[in-house]
Amino acid sequence: MVSILPLTLTDATAHMRGKKLVGPVSLTLAAEGFTMIIGPNGAGKTTLLRLMHGLQRCTKGTVAWAVPNTLARTRQGFVFQSPIMMRRTVVDSLAYPLRLRGMGKAAALKKATSCAANFGLEGLLESWAPMLSGGEKQKLSLARALIIEPDILFLDEPCANLDSRATREIEAILQEVQARGTRLVMSTHDMGQAKRLAQDVVFMLHGGVHEHSQADAFFMAPETREAKQFINGDIVE
Amino acid sequence: MNGFWEAWRLIITLDADLYEIIFLSLQVTVTAVIIASVIGLPMGAWLAVNRFKFRRYVIAVLNAFMGLPPVVVGLFVYMALSRAGPLGGFGLLFSPAAMIIAQVIIITPLIASISHQTIRDLWAEYHDLLISMNATRGQRIKALLWDGKRALLTATLAGFGRAIGEVGAIMIVGGNIEHATRVLTTAIALETGKGNFAFAMGLGLVLIVLAVLVNVLIHIIGKTERASTW
Repeated sequence: MVSILPLTLTDATAHMRGKKLVGPVSLTLAAEGFTMIIGPNGAGKTTLLRLMHGLQRCTKGTVAWAVPNTLARTRQGFVFQSPIMMRRTVVDSLAYPLRLRGMGKAAALKKATSCAANFGLEGLLESWAPMLSGGEKQKLSLARALIIEPDILFLDEPCANLDSRATREIEAILQEVQARGTRLVMSTHDMGQAKRLAQDVVFMLHGGVHEHSQADAFFMAPETREAKQFINGDIVE
Repeated sequence: MNGFWEAWRLIITLDADLYEIIFLSLQVTVTAVIIASVIGLPMGAWLAVNRFKFRRYVIAVLNAFMGLPPVVVGLFVYMALSRAGPLGGFGLLFSPAAMIIAQVIIITPLIASISHQTIRDLWAEYHDLLISMNATRGQRIKALLWDGKRALLTATLAGFGRAIGEVGAIMIVGGNIEHATRVLTTAIALETGKGNFAFAMGLGLVLIVLAVLVNVLIHIIGKTERASTW
């Protein structure tokens, strides 16, 4: 199957009620890798992720995939900062994306059960999803996004509200998923997490991409004063 | 108390006339609730997920229709179904079908409006997820109706409560004809008019018990208070 990547943003800009949220951003994401989007609060990390995924309308410029947009839409996943739990059991929540794609109920439930086991959710199959703990909810979100085997997965600060144990579990899953070939693009506030996981870093400031470089180069020798300040934990304005 | 015991005697001795009235009441109301739910639930969901011109006005009108005066509805349905009316050829006036039509008109806005409010809240919660999953408009409505089913049951029960206790419209279009269109509410009105307060009160108690029983039964079937849910 042909990959939907690379993803190319050309002067992509998003406005809301006349106010610019992000842009113009020009960026290319290759078929493989783990891109970490970092930056201070309000820099536009979430909006950029939403713009790439199609949740935010591009008001200027373009967001283009290697395949037609209608096909690209079906082969990507998104994990939200606050997990959105459907009012269903864990197994039904996992089966839902498959059912949307026309898979039969029995086959979808079978695949959902097997997927739950891969994410350590096998003991919670019949649990009500909104009743899970924060870590379990985020694992379920991740499993639900990955069950369709997307080419690319966007993650908006998935560990922001989790304790260190749950964060470690999520990070281990992400590394495994990336090793299997899924393209990952994630935003984070956690500099340690960015250092642990990133292959390349997009540093955002005031709604624009301020710096984009390989992770090692970025953390060792950032090109801009603002990036250096941010890495050192200073307030960036 | 005489009416109360009389009513119990009629129930226990399986009085044919009383049971005929009870069954007709249930038949008319349940049919009307099913039809109104089939129309009102998707209508509420559709209004919640779609943006179009004058949407706010449509919702405002729908909410206003929740308070439709039943007597006026009865009058309009009577005029439509009477021999000179546009639907007179069907010969439905003074039949259970006419009563069902009147009840559907009365309770559909109620069910649609309550379900719209429920689905609107759920849609605000699910919006990003369903868009992200690339769900079609139909799939979104289906998911919202399914996941909101317990709250939507409340909308249906509100419709049932309004319909089972309705008297004005069905009196006009049904005519309260014995063995044909007499239901509990119209029978109560008739007995009260005759000064037979005790018997009317007995029928009223039967009506209350019936309404409570149906509600409890639906809650049990729908598992609305399932312990593991919340």
